[in-house]
Amino acid sequence: MPPVLEIADLKVFFYTDYGVVKAVDGVRFHLNAGETLGLVGESGCGKSVTAMAVLGLVRYPGRIVAGEIIYHQNAKKVRLSGLDPKGREIRSIRGNDIAMIFQEPMTSLNPVFTVGYQIMEAIILHQRLNRRQAREAAISMLAKVGIPLPEQRVDEYPHQLSGGMRQRAMIAMALSCRPSILIADEPTTALDVTIQAQVLELMMNLKAEFQTSIIMITHDLGVIAGIADRVVVMYLGKVVEEAGVREIFYNTKHPYTQGLMNSVPSVRGKIRDLKPIPGVVPDAFALPTGCSFQPRCSQVSKMCRTEAPPLTEVGPNHWVACWLHS
Amino acid sequence: MTENSILLEIRNLKKHFPIYKGIFRSAAGWVKAVDGISLKLKKGEVLGLVGESGCGKTTAGRSILRLLEPTAGEVLFYSHGQAEPINVTTAPPKVIKKLRQDMQIIYQDPQSSLNERMTVGSIVSEPLLVHKIGAPSDREQEAEKLLKAVGLEGDHMARYPHQFSGGQRQRIAIARALCLKPKLIIADEAVSALDVSIQAQVLLLLKELQNEFNLTYIFITHDLAVVRYITNRVAVMYLGRIVESAATEELFNNPQHPYSEALISAVPVPDPDYRVRRILLQGDVPSPIDPPPGCHFHPRCRYAEDICRNETPTYRELSPDRFVSCHLADKLNLWSFSK
Repeated sequence: MPPVLEIADLKVFFYTDYGVVKAVDGVRFHLNAGETLGLVGESGCGKSVTAMAVLGLVRYPGRIVAGEIIYHQNAKKVRLSGLDPKGREIRSIRGNDIAMIFQEPMTSLNPVFTVGYQIMEAIILHQRLNRRQAREAAISMLAKVGIPLPEQRVDEYPHQLSGGMRQRAMIAMALSCRPSILIADEPTTALDVTIQAQVLELMMNLKAEFQTSIIMITHDLGVIAGIADRVVVMYLGKVVEEAGVREIFYNTKHPYTQGLMNSVPSVRGKIRDLKPIPGVVPDAFALPTGCSFQPRCSQVSKMCRTEAPPLTEVGPNHWVACWLHS
Repeated sequence: MTENSILLEIRNLKKHFPIYKGIFRSAAGWVKAVDGISLKLKKGEVLGLVGESGCGKTTAGRSILRLLEPTAGEVLFYSHGQAEPINVTTAPPKVIKKLRQDMQIIYQDPQSSLNERMTVGSIVSEPLLVHKIGAPSDREQEAEKLLKAVGLEGDHMARYPHQFSGGQRQRIAIARALCLKPKLIIADEAVSALDVSIQAQVLLLLKELQNEFNLTYIFITHDLAVVRYITNRVAVMYLGRIVESAATEELFNNPQHPYSEALISAVPVPDPDYRVRRILLQGDVPSPIDPPPGCHFHPRCRYAEDICRNETPTYRELSPDRFVSCHLADKLNLWSFSK
């Protein structure tokens, strides 16, 4: 499968009054057509900022400092990182070719417009349909995401919908222009488990139907195990490990990924002892020298304290940034 | 004092909130947040109270502590050295205040449960001040001891909450809850706001402290994996009622209520080879203002029969120590998750 999105050596820094925060510091990965890529990491690891950079939504005081984001639009290569974030070109891609779902549907939907209006907005903007056609399209999208009585719901406001319904409406909006890439930032974190199961199932069905590639940003390894084809693990703005989903779960290489795996309890299987990663994520203004995971790592060596390990291929399509494996 | 003596007994506890309407603010309806739950909690046990948002688990926790005034029912607390239990729901304020030494709570969000303007030392020792225990220097020593017990340093005493990360703040909240040497701690989503690696640290800490201080916990959470890890018993709530309660492994291996079955099947498993069909419940949790008649769960239940639509099932003991509230419980052959 050819890649639809390539990110190379991306750096996004935030220039605050207190210093520079290197939110994304040399991230490199790609997304293949038709694939679900899991982007995993804890708060502050830069996973959301990476997504924002793809869409040209990094706000002041943040800036893309270096790197390339290349989107393969059919046969054409579009260099997203070089586009004016307010320009015509990125606006024709954003919401049309690349769409995003956010974590909290209540804050990402506008409370003073109807759900239908907000879905139609994207359709009218990108697809040259008139209002009536757009409304029809919005209703059919709402029906597709499993909202009962879509003809009625289309005229309702976000507060009239439940949390699960709102997230479905967000998905309807994101998919209304049949994007080739869908970036989902913790789309089910705010939902209850039974609703989460519904929404994930829906996303996977729609992915097959619309042939969308998905970047799934989450901290939930259960969700990743269930739906991702490939996984990228981030820590403090860097990719620490990248591999196929089975590889990453059964042949975990990086001590941080291992730590994550040993930190999550499961509802199935034997109850294992949790082995949490000691310490806390370091202060973004005072990053450790060498490997950024070194202060919390149990297998740290001298080398780790002085030099950052490069991302190296340790097996077929399995990349690790750790001195233990290079 | 026997090891397995009862610490807390909840009998038919109810908490209904009125919905006011019109200019005379008359009650136009009731939200039956907690609608008759009964539970027994043994000393040293960890009970999980699970369910989805709006099921009443938090309200239940607060009503047990009488942070909310219960509408009906009894909460009996068997304090040590006393033959007769204290009825928390009717006890006068003086008794309640004394009782608070034995019952503490840890909240979900350590950002809002700690006073930003107080030093960590005074936050942790404040319960002692409120209950007039010890001299100021003793309190300070005690606070320092507690901070060390939860994995912080003594010199953190003079700092303020904003200087700590989320996980550390939760440790401070735990130290404060431990300060009066309580017997019972209610942890309301105490680890839900934390990142996975920090969550695991706090879970381990809570487990250690339980052994060290001989604590009994009620763990209120929506996270079933956490519940399975830390609890001995689980009560599953749906729309203000307990639908099933059993020993933790029993419940996770062989749920006997269709809702527990669906809930457990819906939790994502961190194992890519684990591909089991999920039971996808239709629709959302109905509004607790106007819950469905009969069994509250029937509109989403794939086994529902006529009786479920008309009659409220009783909460009965299906087998020893296993309570289920389902008309069809002994007829159904629900999924087993033991493999």
